Amino acid sequence: MLKPDIIIAAVANGLLTGAVYALIALGLTLVYGVLHIINFAHGATLTASMFAVFVCHQVFRLDPYVAVFVLTPLFFVLGYLVQRFVIGPASHGNDSNILLVTLGLSIVIENALLATFRSDTRSIDVPYGFSVLEVGPLLLSVPKVVAFVTSFAVAALLGLLLVKTDTGKAIRAVAKEKAGAALVGINVEHVYAITFGIGAACLAIAACLLMPTYLVNPRSGNAFVLVAFTIVVLGGMGSIGGALAGGLIIGVVESLSGLVLGESLGQIGIFLIFILVLLLKPTGLSGARS
Amino acid sequence: MSATRRSVLTGAAATSAVFAMPGLVRAQAPQIKIGILQPVTGALAQDGEYGRLGAEIALNEINAAGGIKSMGGAKLQMVFGDARSNPEGGTAEVERMQSEGVAAIVGGFASPICLAASQAASRYDIPYIVDVGVSDQIVNRGLKNTFRLGPGFGTVTTAALDNLVKLNDAAGKPAKTVVIVHEDGLFGSGMAKLMNAELPKRGFEVLETIAHPTPSRDMTNVALRIKALNPDLVIPSSYYGEFVLLARTLQQQKIRPKGIYAVLNGAASNFRFVKEFPEAANLVMDCNHWADPRKPKTATVRASAEKDGRFWLYNTPLNYSCVGLLADAIERAASADKTKVTEALASSTFSDHIMPYGPTKFVNGQNSGAAPVNTQVQSGDIKVIFPTEFADAKPVFPAT
Repeated sequence: MLKPDIIIAAVANGLLTGAVYALIALGLTLVYGVLHIINFAHGATLTASMFAVFVCHQVFRLDPYVAVFVLTPLFFVLGYLVQRFVIGPASHGNDSNILLVTLGLSIVIENALLATFRSDTRSIDVPYGFSVLEVGPLLLSVPKVVAFVTSFAVAALLGLLLVKTDTGKAIRAVAKEKAGAALVGINVEHVYAITFGIGAACLAIAACLLMPTYLVNPRSGNAFVLVAFTIVVLGGMGSIGGALAGGLIIGVVESLSGLVLGESLGQIGIFLIFILVLLLKPTGLSGARS
Repeated sequence: MSATRRSVLTGAAATSAVFAMPGLVRAQAPQIKIGILQPVTGALAQDGEYGRLGAEIALNEINAAGGIKSMGGAKLQMVFGDARSNPEGGTAEVERMQSEGVAAIVGGFASPICLAASQAASRYDIPYIVDVGVSDQIVNRGLKNTFRLGPGFGTVTTAALDNLVKLNDAAGKPAKTVVIVHEDGLFGSGMAKLMNAELPKRGFEVLETIAHPTPSRDMTNVALRIKALNPDLVIPSSYYGEFVLLARTLQQQKIRPKGIYAVLNGAASNFRFVKEFPEAANLVMDCNHWADPRKPKTATVRASAEKDGRFWLYNTPLNYSCVGLLADAIERAASADKTKVTEALASSTFSDHIMPYGPTKFVNGQNSGAAPVNTQVQSGDIKVIFPTEFADAKPVFPAT
C-alpha cells in the first residue's frame, strides 16, 4: 500500500528527528547518572533556551547557528549557578527534595516565560529554513541534517570529556561513589553543579538546532521531555551511547508507527517500548547498573 | 501580560476612587460591573488574550464616549476572570464575578468553557454573552440567560461546504479527492466526522482522514502521507502550532495540492502565520469568524489592536462586538438589573457591531443572522472571498 520511497523517507525523517531527541535525553541521562534524580525542570529549561534563541534572533539578529556559541556557555553557567545556589542548598542533602525543587523550578520558569512572552506561539524564519538536500528520492530538510550531525558531534565530545579530562573523571567518580569521591578530595557540590550545567548546555544546543524548523510557546519544551524520559529508560540510565541509540530508535519507531497507524495512534509505539523495556530489560540497552 | 492586567486594575481602582470622592457631595452615576471571562493562561491563552483585548477596546471606547447615557453616564467597569483554559476555571470565575456583583458576563472562548460558565451564570440569572464557542449545544439547552452573537458549528460547516462546492464549480470542478487532517480532540474529530459524512454527498472522495495529537513535535509523516495519496484538496482542522508545522512541511517537501481549505482553523486566518511564513501561508483558505471589512469601524478597532504590536485575530472583533451588544442592552434597559438586561438582550436589534451580520435578532439565544466568511491568504494579506456581496478579493483556485 505504502510506496517504498515514502517508507524510506519516514525512516530518514525518524533518524533525523531522533538525533535531536537523543541530544535532549543526553542532559537528562547525565544528570540522572550523577545526581541520581530526575530533573523535572528539563522541559522548562528547554523551553527557556528556545525562547533565548528566539530573542537572539529577533533582538540581536543572531542566526541560531551563531547563537549556539553564545547560548551554550550561558546556559552552562546558568545551570551551574542554579544547581549550586538554588537546588543544592534547597535540597538539604536529601535527594528526594531535589526532585521537588526541580519540579518547583519548572513551574516558576514556565510561568515566568508566560508572563514575559505571553502565550503566543513564536517561530523564527531563517533563509535556510525551507532548503532541502535531494538524496535520491529523499528530500532531507537541511536544518534537520545539521541537527543530526551536530547531535552526534556533541555526544562524541561529551564522551571524550567524561573519559579524558579530570573533570570528566571526577564526574564519573561522583556518579559511582559519592562518599568515596569526597574522601579523595573531589568537591562533590562543584561536580553536581558542573553536571547540571552540562545538562543545560545540551538543551541550549538542542534549542538552537530545533528553532529553524520548530516553534516555541511557554509549554513547547514539554512535548520533548516525555520522549526524552523514554529514551533515557531505553538507553539505560546515565549512558551516553545508550541515549544516542535510544534516540534514534525512538525517532524511527515514532515515524513509522505514525505513518502506519496515524499520527495520534503512532505515539503508542513509543510508550509500548517504554513499558516493554521496564518489564523485560529495566537496565536498558547499555545494560549498565541501574 | 501581568503589566497590562495590573495597569488595567490600577486604572479601574483609580477611576472608582475619583468617582467615590465627589459622590459625597452630589449624586454620581454608578459604576456598572461587567464580567469579562477569557482563558489567559494554559493552552488557549493566546485566544483568550486577543478576546480580552477586544473587550478592553470596546469598554474604553464606550466609557470615553460618555458611558451609559440612560443611566446618567454610568461607566462600565471590567471585572476580569481567567478561565485557565478549562471549564472548572470558568465556573470558578463566574462564582467570583457573582460575588463582585457583575451585571453580565461576556466571553468564554472555547465551547467547553462557554457551556459550563453560562450554566453557572444561569443559576444567578446573570446574562451571559458567548463570544466564540461554536458548539450548538450552548444555545440548545433552553437557558434564558445565554446569548451568542456569532454563528454556531452547524451554520459554519454548512456555509463552509456550500462555499467549497461553489468555489470548485466556478473553477470547473478541478478538485475531486480530499485528505482530511485533524487534531484528535473534540473539535478536530467532530469536524472530521462531519466532513466524512458530508463531502461524499457533494461529489468529493475522501481518500483518508489523518488524526494527530496536540502538541505534535513533527508533521513530516502527515506530509509524507499526503504526498503518497496526492489529493486535490487538503482540509485541516488543527490548532495554530500544528497547522503552521504542517504548512511549512508541505512547502518544504514540495507538496502542492490544488487547495488547502480549512474550517475554523487556528492559523489559516491568523496574521501572525501570514507575516511569519508568507510563502507557506499563501493561498490557504479558511471558513471562520471574521470582521466585516466594509465597516469603517473595523479599521479603527484593528488599528487599536495593532497599536501595541498585536495581530488581527477574529477574537478581538467578536469580543468588541459582544461588549457593544451588552452596552446597547443596558442602555435600552436603563438599568443594570440582571433580569432587565436579559430582557433587553433578548429583544436586541443591535447593528453597531463590526461583524458581517445584519441587525441582531436572537432566536432562543442564537443570533439568527450570524454567519462565517471564507478568507484566503493572498500575497501577505487575509482577504474575504465569500460571501461575494462583501468579498474584497476573488478566490485563487486551483492554487497550482
